[in-house]
Amino acid sequence: MADPVRLGGGQGFYGDSPRSVEGLLAEGVDYLCLEALAELTLAILQKDRARDESLGYTRDLPRYLAASLPAVIDGRTKVITNAGGINPAAAAHAAKETAKQMGLSGLRIATVMGDDLMTRLDPFQRETSTGLANMDTGEPFDALPSAPLFASAYLGAFPIAEALAQDADVVITGRVADAALFLGPLIFEHGWTPDDWDHLAAGILVGHLLECSGQVAGGNFSGEWWTIPEPWKLPYPIAEVTADGAAVITKPKASGGRVDIDTVRHQLLYEVHDPASYFSPDVVADFTSARFEDLGADRVRVDQVRGKPATETYKALLAYHAGWAGETRVAFSWPDAEEKAKVTAAILAKRVEMAGIDVREWSFEWWGINALGGPTVPPRAEGDEPPECVLRAAWRCDDERTARAVGRELVPLTLSAPPAGLTGMGRGMAGASTELLGIWPTLVDKSLVDPGVTVTVEEV
Amino acid sequence: MPRLALRELCAYRSGDKGDTSDVAVFAYDDETYALLVEQVTVERVRALFGAMVRGEITRYEAPNVRALNFVLEGALGGGGPKSLRSDNLGKTLGGALVRLEIDVPDAIAARRRPRPDVSWADAILDALPRS
Repeated sequence: MADPVRLGGGQGFYGDSPRSVEGLLAEGVDYLCLEALAELTLAILQKDRARDESLGYTRDLPRYLAASLPAVIDGRTKVITNAGGINPAAAAHAAKETAKQMGLSGLRIATVMGDDLMTRLDPFQRETSTGLANMDTGEPFDALPSAPLFASAYLGAFPIAEALAQDADVVITGRVADAALFLGPLIFEHGWTPDDWDHLAAGILVGHLLECSGQVAGGNFSGEWWTIPEPWKLPYPIAEVTADGAAVITKPKASGGRVDIDTVRHQLLYEVHDPASYFSPDVVADFTSARFEDLGADRVRVDQVRGKPATETYKALLAYHAGWAGETRVAFSWPDAEEKAKVTAAILAKRVEMAGIDVREWSFEWWGINALGGPTVPPRAEGDEPPECVLRAAWRCDDERTARAVGRELVPLTLSAPPAGLTGMGRGMAGASTELLGIWPTLVDKSLVDPGVTVTVEEV
Repeated sequence: MPRLALRELCAYRSGDKGDTSDVAVFAYDDETYALLVEQVTVERVRALFGAMVRGEITRYEAPNVRALNFVLEGALGGGGPKSLRSDNLGKTLGGALVRLEIDVPDAIAARRRPRPDVSWADAILDALPRS
């Protein structure tokens, strides 16, 4: 049993850099936790699986495993990941294939299943206390605009701890709470129990700090961001967690970035809603109880975290098809840049209407004016004209063909629109279209989900 | 008493959950945090964001990290995978919040944060083959 347990946050999203693994393994971590999922990611995986039933997991998993399995085989670390997405069995298969290709044997791969609610959705909808109502809007399940494409519950950390107790070297899950990837090994190593609320809360806080990889170590930093050392070598974080739940957040020594009280406290509140009641499957953590101390040399200590009993429900995410979107960008220069952009948007809308193309929703943004800030941007002084303006137009249609047809109405404006100086459409921009998915967050009774949760370990 | 935008005094971070955006603002000392608690109210934040936020706004206090967290519902055009906005994940809403201005005593106005010095980036870019 390691005390402290050293956890590495080697991935913060699908698309992160597998090279992060090198720095963490060189520094030495007992567990390499790879967090691959976000709401948007599940939507991407759904589109993959709709095309090919053997997909639905994050396809950079083999690259992460190629970088980490040699250390796993040497007994230096174990890998825990939710790369399984909406198809953990397929991810486990890909992991086995990777191990085989690397000529490795004796590797124990665990798969945690049971987060997928699709096959049980009808009885759950009838039996669960919430009726699967939308937890944000309160709308009843009947209001779901179209049939769900996936339905995943956010499982907790105990199945991961169970997999480790079965001697797993690699643990692959589907949708578990992001921070549970980090809490799982702490439960296993420190023997924390399901009603150890303060310890579980401490583990969730550590997981929350590490789950966004570089974001706790100088990434996306809004303090004196230009002083972050060598940001192109941004490190991935390490937590050293003792059995009492106290932790030190740090980073590999040979790296850029920074871990200090500011980088850590900014990440503490990232996407948490009420910081005094941060809901996770295993505990409700009070992040306002945590005490932080900057130890210097890229080390921040956190302790005294308090937890409250977990709720009787899991959060679950359903997704439904919400149409198709297209988008394009066109640039205008001074003089009259903003006015030209507006007129072009109006001409595009009229041409689309004349062509009988049905657009359900438009979005027009004026980049360089107020595209990102919207109404928070104060009006300009009279006569204060911007040097340029980019019109960014996006639209939603019922089907892909229609979404593409909208973009084609823009191209002729290159020579045939009144505003002079239309440029910058880029290469192939007007044709792009993507499927939109609506997200339906809900709650489902743990007592219904838990009997379906399984942990299987296979040796390859 | 000077009136300063929060960008002069605070750091920020924002993100998404569904159609809800969390926007946090961080003071560097207890005196500034007290000013945030007093002046950065839900009403002022609602007035700042205007039509950009369609739902409820809730404010949470985190004195241990000298921060306020604002939860803006209906702020992301339907949520990440559905939104037509270029910032469909609310990453820039923190920067929008620190436009808000508050009244500060002279002593705190003197603690204004420095502006960026990115001469090191210029040096990197100048060394590249560029058109």
